[in-house]
Amino acid sequence: MTASGWPILILALFALAGPAAAQEPPAAPDRPLSSPEQEARAQALFSVVRCVVCQHESVADSPAGIAGDMRRLIREEIAAGATDQAVRDDLVRRYGDYVLFTPPMRAGTWLLWFGPALAVLLGAAGLLAMVRRRPVETSPLSPDEERRLADLLAAERLRPDPDASTPHDGR
Amino acid sequence: MIVEFGAFALILALLLSALQTGLATAGRWRRSPLLSGGAEGAAIAAALATALAFAALIFAFTTSDFSVVNVARNSHTDKPMFYKVAAAWGSHEGSLVLWCLVMTGFGAALTRARGLPFGLKASAVGVQGALCVLFLAFAVFTSNPFNRLDPAPLQGASLNPLLQDPALAVHPPLLYAGYVGFSVTFSLAVAALIEGKAFSGFWPAWGRWVRPWALASWVFLTMGITLGSFWAYYELGWGGWWFWDPVENASFLPWLAGTALLHSAVVTERRGALAGWTVFLALLAFSFSILGAFLVRSGVLTSVHAFAVDPERGMLLLAILGVASGSAFALFAWRAPQLKGGGLFSPVSREGALVLNNLFLTVAAVTVLLGTLYPLILEAATGATISVGPPYFALTFTPLMAVAFLILPAGPLLAWKRGDLKGAMQRLALAAGLAIACGFVGWLAFEPRQAFAAAGLAIGAWLILGSLAEVFERIRLFRAPLAEVGRRTRGLPLGAWGMTLAHAGLGVFVLGAVVETGFKIEAAAPLAIGGQVSAGPWAVTLDRVEIVEGPNYLAERGTVTVRPVSGDAPPRTISAERRFFPAGGQTTTEVGLDFRGLDDVYVVMGERRSTPEAAQAWTVRVYYNPWARLIFLGPALMAVGGLLSLSDRRLRLAVGRRKKALAG
Repeated sequence: MTASGWPILILALFALAGPAAAQEPPAAPDRPLSSPEQEARAQALFSVVRCVVCQHESVADSPAGIAGDMRRLIREEIAAGATDQAVRDDLVRRYGDYVLFTPPMRAGTWLLWFGPALAVLLGAAGLLAMVRRRPVETSPLSPDEERRLADLLAAERLRPDPDASTPHDGR
Repeated sequence: MIVEFGAFALILALLLSALQTGLATAGRWRRSPLLSGGAEGAAIAAALATALAFAALIFAFTTSDFSVVNVARNSHTDKPMFYKVAAAWGSHEGSLVLWCLVMTGFGAALTRARGLPFGLKASAVGVQGALCVLFLAFAVFTSNPFNRLDPAPLQGASLNPLLQDPALAVHPPLLYAGYVGFSVTFSLAVAALIEGKAFSGFWPAWGRWVRPWALASWVFLTMGITLGSFWAYYELGWGGWWFWDPVENASFLPWLAGTALLHSAVVTERRGALAGWTVFLALLAFSFSILGAFLVRSGVLTSVHAFAVDPERGMLLLAILGVASGSAFALFAWRAPQLKGGGLFSPVSREGALVLNNLFLTVAAVTVLLGTLYPLILEAATGATISVGPPYFALTFTPLMAVAFLILPAGPLLAWKRGDLKGAMQRLALAAGLAIACGFVGWLAFEPRQAFAAAGLAIGAWLILGSLAEVFERIRLFRAPLAEVGRRTRGLPLGAWGMTLAHAGLGVFVLGAVVETGFKIEAAAPLAIGGQVSAGPWAVTLDRVEIVEGPNYLAERGTVTVRPVSGDAPPRTISAERRFFPAGGQTTTEVGLDFRGLDDVYVVMGERRSTPEAAQAWTVRVYYNPWARLIFLGPALMAVGGLLSLSDRRLRLAVGRRKKALAG
């Protein structure tokens, strides 16, 4: 092959290669909306809409062909005057709840949405119970225990606590 | 020949691990130092055998021995040598051998741990051996990387080109060192459940034994996750660094549990309290590691990172999770009520703050777990499919962390047993005032003005300033003569510096994450040569596009010049590539990054296309990511803080010294 033949072959390879998702047509070119506010709304929606054939990618990120179609659909609806909510509803009607990265709020997802708050409450209640438990009354030390305690304290003095740099520090 | 040798070494490692468990159990039972010494020898031999197997696998990759299935599927003669080596852990089978190598390696290191009482050490070595048996058996019987292929193909299928990247070559070893490092804390926890209750001073000592292992694993995991995030940032070409992808979450779960473990182990060590809880977290951290392995390798998740989509292996990993964690938690449920720790303390104290920290970290882990597993469970139960993505975590995880971060700086200023909340508040008043001022300045400085970002900036500044305030307090800066300050600075233990650095690093990360998320600007345009697109304060001009030939790819390389829209910052030329890998027929992007102080100008080359204006144009996407540097610098500081704490001599020596002092 001549040197001049190379670029043509390479360009042909690129044309064949397509985007990372391979084997499917590349996304149609994106044409941003003329109104900057509407385009900003469209961009905000792209980042919370899932590309339905991809692995955990939003249509904003995905190079797949269907993501390009979904971007165009969203832009068209916004240009036609639909509110963000209307666009989302329409997407859910077409593709199901799966299409939104925000899970729906309904009986089946209450645990998902309120689980974290429930966990905080349960944890806090548990801690409160622990704190309010009364200390057990202890009998005075026997002479033998007093002696062992004194030994221990003497040993502690040999190893001054390196953390106790401030007077209010415990030990 | 060497490949057969590797296969043999892997089987040998399995047998040695089984021997390790057997000898350790017998040694513990008969209280025989001879038997348990044999178990330790077997542990070291198992690590050596696994290392030999791993070396044999790397040899097969470096020589491109395509008669080995794993090499034929994941390598290619055109690959640069560095990536041929890295491909050894780029597949399910190879990475599993790496997992086993780390596990047996940590097992061998455990046998060298000093100061552990006989029974505890023998039990821990035995449990570690049992874990190694599970994973080595999984590798040998279902995922053997040494299987042969006949006839051998002339050329390999090459690795996913996305993985051909220096960061990603180093990311799995670090991540695994973190994941699997928690197997040692798991073993020590199970051993403590078997041996525990023997004497009352047991739990503080146990807290001290388990901390270095937890800390080392945590440091590795922090570095591994950060590197993975950085890879996603510049290799995927989406401008983002964390997507709440299920696989990212799978690595984040052990990190959250490990972070909680680090903090609660301190309480156990210093106060003998929370022993049961610390044991629980030690079991949980490694259980999350196995859960992560299951999620990534079973194919139940759809994710950018998932590999080896194989339900059968997934079921086996689930079985391993069930056997290892199930038995450990059953043992916990049985023995935990007998664990006596000093469970009483006042809420306003260092340990009280650490308990609060644990509450938030654990709930954060529960949230991430819910968000990751809920779609799977819901689909299995009702058939309904939902997606849980960034908006969910922004509404649940972020507020939780915000509250935890508000409390964080007060913790280190409270004393053990009985803290002085008012005193701590007074000492933090200046930091709080400055942090609020930072938030206000940020609100004025960044356009568009966002209350969320201002609050985030204040929290980030609060974490950094609060950590500094604690150090200043300890060294009596501005309050004592300089000589005294110097003496105190030198006297401050490395562990204290490590903690300060880690907490400040968290603040640095928060600043970066908030500014990047709130103020990044994206622009995309089809550009002909000489065309220009601007994002925020930067304008990017496409100077030329050429075709370059890499070792195993062809690339369209766009050279662009980044200039400030206004001002006199010097223009800089960078290049971004679109690479085509003929071996796998895939295309990847190589992002062009222009570092401008803390900010990134991030350029992605898109496809070639023709526009009405020009016959040849390329879609060029530009992201202006302000303060993006801090997102990766923060976790790096945290890891360095962890290393500092790890090198604190107290962690290694104090146990021995205390024992000596008691004896003398």
